[in-house]
Formats: sequence, C-alpha cells, structure tokens
Amino acid sequence: MGVAIAAAPAPSLGLSAPRSPWALAAPLGLAYAAFFVAPLLMLIAVSFYADERMTRFGLEQWQRFLFDAFHWKVIADTLLLGLKAVAATVVLGFPLALVYRAASPAWQRVLLFIVVMPLLTSVVVRTFAWIVILGREGVVNQLVLGLGLAAEPLRLLQTELGLVISLTQIEMPLLLLPLLSVMSRIDPNLMDASASLGASPWRTLFRVILPLAAPGLAAGCLLVFASATTAFISQSVIGGGRLVYLPAMIWQQAMVAAHWPFAATIAIALLLSVSAVLAVIAHAGRVAGGRVHG
Amino acid sequence: MARRHTVGELSYGLVIGTLAVFALIILVGPILIVLATSFTDSRSIRFPPQGFSFRWYELLLDEVRSRQIHRAAGNTLHVAVMSAGLATLLGTAAALGLSRIAGRGGRLADAFFLSPLVLPGLAFGLAALMYFTLLGFRPSLELIIAGHLVVVTPFVLRTVGASLSQLDPSLLDASRSLGAGPVHTFRRVTLPLIAPGIAAGGFLAFMASVDNVPVSLFLSSARTDMLPIRMWGMMESTLDVRVAAVSGTLILAAFLLMLVMERLTGLTRRMRG
Repeated sequence: MGVAIAAAPAPSLGLSAPRSPWALAAPLGLAYAAFFVAPLLMLIAVSFYADERMTRFGLEQWQRFLFDAFHWKVIADTLLLGLKAVAATVVLGFPLALVYRAASPAWQRVLLFIVVMPLLTSVVVRTFAWIVILGREGVVNQLVLGLGLAAEPLRLLQTELGLVISLTQIEMPLLLLPLLSVMSRIDPNLMDASASLGASPWRTLFRVILPLAAPGLAAGCLLVFASATTAFISQSVIGGGRLVYLPAMIWQQAMVAAHWPFAATIAIALLLSVSAVLAVIAHAGRVAGGRVHG
Repeated sequence: MARRHTVGELSYGLVIGTLAVFALIILVGPILIVLATSFTDSRSIRFPPQGFSFRWYELLLDEVRSRQIHRAAGNTLHVAVMSAGLATLLGTAAALGLSRIAGRGGRLADAFFLSPLVLPGLAFGLAALMYFTLLGFRPSLELIIAGHLVVVTPFVLRTVGASLSQLDPSLLDASRSLGAGPVHTFRRVTLPLIAPGIAAGGFLAFMASVDNVPVSLFLSSARTDMLPIRMWGMMESTLDVRVAAVSGTLILAAFLLMLVMERLTGLTRRMRG
C-alpha cells in the first residue's frame, strides 16, 4: 500500500508541489517541537533544580521523591487504580463487544451510537453524574435502602470502590472503540466451525475469539489505563482528599505549594511509571495476537 | 427435532447477556440521570428530580448572575474552534505526507504524532505551564490554543489517515493518465474522497478541546477561565444546581452534533476504525 501511494502524484495544497512527503508533515512537526517536545524537555530540566526558587541545579528533588516510602505507595496506588479500571471495563465491556459482534447491522449501529455518546459527553459531566448516583441520598443508596439491603446509607463517594465504579463508565468507551473494531472483522465462519467441531461457547470464546480480539483489547486497555491514571477531576471529586494519587500530588505541589521542581519530578514519575505499564500491556497484546496472526 | 441447549450454552448466554446489559445501563444511565436532574424544581441535586421546571436553565441564561459561566463557555468555544481548525489544517497536511512515507521512519513519525493520546495529559499540562511561564508569557487564550493543538491533533491524524489508507491508488493513476496535474488530481479526486474523514477528525478535535481538563487545568487563569475547570470549581464548593443545567446543555449539544455528524460523515464507524 505504501509503495502504491508513493507512486501517486504528490498532492499539493500550494502552487509548487513539495519535493518530499516529509515537507507536508513539517508544519505539524514544528508545532509539536515548539509546543510538545520543548515543554517536556523543560519539565525534565525543572525537575533538576535543587530548590523551589530555582536558583541552582541539583538532585535534591529526585532524592526527596525517591527516598520516601510514601511516594512509592502513591505510585503503586495510582498504577493499581489504573489496573482496576482496566479490569472493570474489560469485565463489562468485553461481553458487550461479544453481543455487538453477534448483532445485526442495524443493532450494531445503535450499540455503536450508545458507546460513542458518553465519549463525546464531557468527562466533568460524567464525573458529576456519579456524584448524583453515589451520594448519600443518591440513586444507589435509595435502591439499597428501599430494598432493605442495608440499614444505613452506604459510603460510596470518597472511597476507592466508588471511584473505580465511576471510572468504569467514564473510560469504557475508550476500551470499546478499538475492541468493536477487531470484533467486526472476525470471520463468523470461525465461530460456526468451532461450534460444529463440538466446542462449547466458552471454549470458543477463550480459544477463538479472545486471541483474535487480543490486539484490539490491548489497544483499548492502553487508552483506559492512560486515561484513568491521569483523570485528576474524577479522582479528586469522587475519590476525595483522603485518596492520594500522583495527579493530585502534581496539582498540589504546582498550584498550591508553588513548588515547581518537585511538581516536575512527580510529573516525570507519573510519565515514566504509566509508560512502563503501557509498554507491558502493548507487549502482552502483541504476544497474544502474534500467536494467532504470525 | 430441536437441539437441546447444553449447560455451557445456557451459562454463556446468561453470563455474557447479563454483563452486557449491565454495561449498557452503566454507559447510558448516568447521562440520562443528569439530564433528568437538570429539570428539577428543587434547590438540591437529587434523582428522581422533585418537580419539573426550567428554573436552573433560566438562571444559567441570566447574563448577570451567570456571567462567569458565560465567559468560561465563550473562552472554551473560542479555544475549541481555533485549536480544532489549526489541528485540521496541520493534521490533514501531515497525514497526507505520512501516508506516503513507508518503512520505519514513517511508523516512528506516526507513533510520535499520536503519542499525546496515551501520554499522561497532566504531565504535559504542567510542562506547558512551566514552559510558557519561564519564556515570559502571561496567561492567555493563545497559549491554551497552542496546548490544546497538541492533544487534539491526533484525532485528525487518525481519521484522515484511515480515509487515506482506504483510498484506491488506481483512481489517482487514472486521473494522472487522463492528463490531470497533481494539484487538479488532489482537488478533484483525493480531497472529495477524504473530506468526510477530515470533517470527522475536525469534529472530534473540537469535542476533545471542549472537554479538555489536563491542559486547561494548568494554563487557564481567572481571566482565561475554561468551562470544565469552572464546572469543577462549582462541584467542589457548594454543589450548585447550575452544574446540572450546564451538563444538560452539553449533553443535548453533543447529542445533536453527533446526529448531524453521523449523517454527514458516518462518524461512529470512523471512530470504531
């Protein structure tokens, strides 16, 4: 495909055709250099200031961050929150994707619309919705009390359980889009073949569908993990002040304590720890997919 | 004779069906609940709402008492139009270039340009704040536009890239062999074919900018307030019922825009990829 397109005449927006396709990417490349790469380099540089007034360089912020067990606990909590969100979205989202695969084209369109709609509704709106649902007098507590399942209202806001429930809805569309994409490309004949050879639906799910869907599943998990670990407003509004994750620490150090070097250090820790997990998920997706495709 | 259902088939249908229904409820329920709550007649946010009224929408429209919200909404729209417009221009040009670069270099460039999608936005937001401040800039909407440009352009690159990869190269060959120059071929063949992809990408970039928190959180100030940040403030302090009315407005606007874009560009199928 790349070769075929390379042989096509150079599309040009201006009067003179660009010599190289790189020239077309150059304006965006420059914008990224100025507004993306340079700020990130600046972030790294600021983390190596020794003091909060940024007068001399030194490793003090990194020492302060790395030699405190509390900070490692916050990193672990943040990554765990992301993994819990991934697990919860997969448990609910994968069955929905299976139903989507088996649905008629008309129903597929309806389901796709239902999946995309929350994605285009502001994250802040979705966070707000969960306050209404999980609050002391919220929807869940009315149900639980009304059915006599509990004598007192459950505490769901400002707990990690409530936060994971909220993130499940907030992030699920990110899992579903790539997943529905691979599901719609799975050849239905494979399912029939598996069934006619005597495999139960469960066996077909784990031995046929899951390996074929692995690349899309991994892509979705990447997006959910990246989004859940950086979801500052959901974390702070639903999780409350007692649950501390890296984004809240960054915000607190940068905007309240006005300690930029330390805030930069925490931000880089977030960047590196999230990237490490993303690399593992991407690798797992390639391995699982490779077993089938290659 | 009808085939008997095995235990495996029954349990599969039951488990998968239940989880899928639960997934649908959890996806749509919260949005409907917020929408219903926004029409409450009471001073507290509760579901089911007590009474039906437009009073919170009326208060939201009040130019004096909701001035800050109006300004934040105006800033948000301005930034979204500008950043999505720039992203559509630069992103479409870049996608056209990248689609013709084969091999490792092209793949690396692709990964680089798409990286803001998975990069922790908060780290980038803080980086942008430090960068602009240390360069001596005062807070302004232009800086927020520059920051949003980075995080919304990947949406354009993805949809335009997908349209280009579905483009039949023989159409371009045909145009050329019929004597059309590159400019003519681009304007009359390539552009009309990828136009829906460009429109869908521009729309998604616009929505991503309206929705953006991590960058606006650090780059907005009292004068350059942005709607999501203001809503966060309204939620943190005294749960203002106008949050429900703003949410209801955003939900209805997103729903209508989505219907229009679905008609014009087949938006949802493009998002599924």
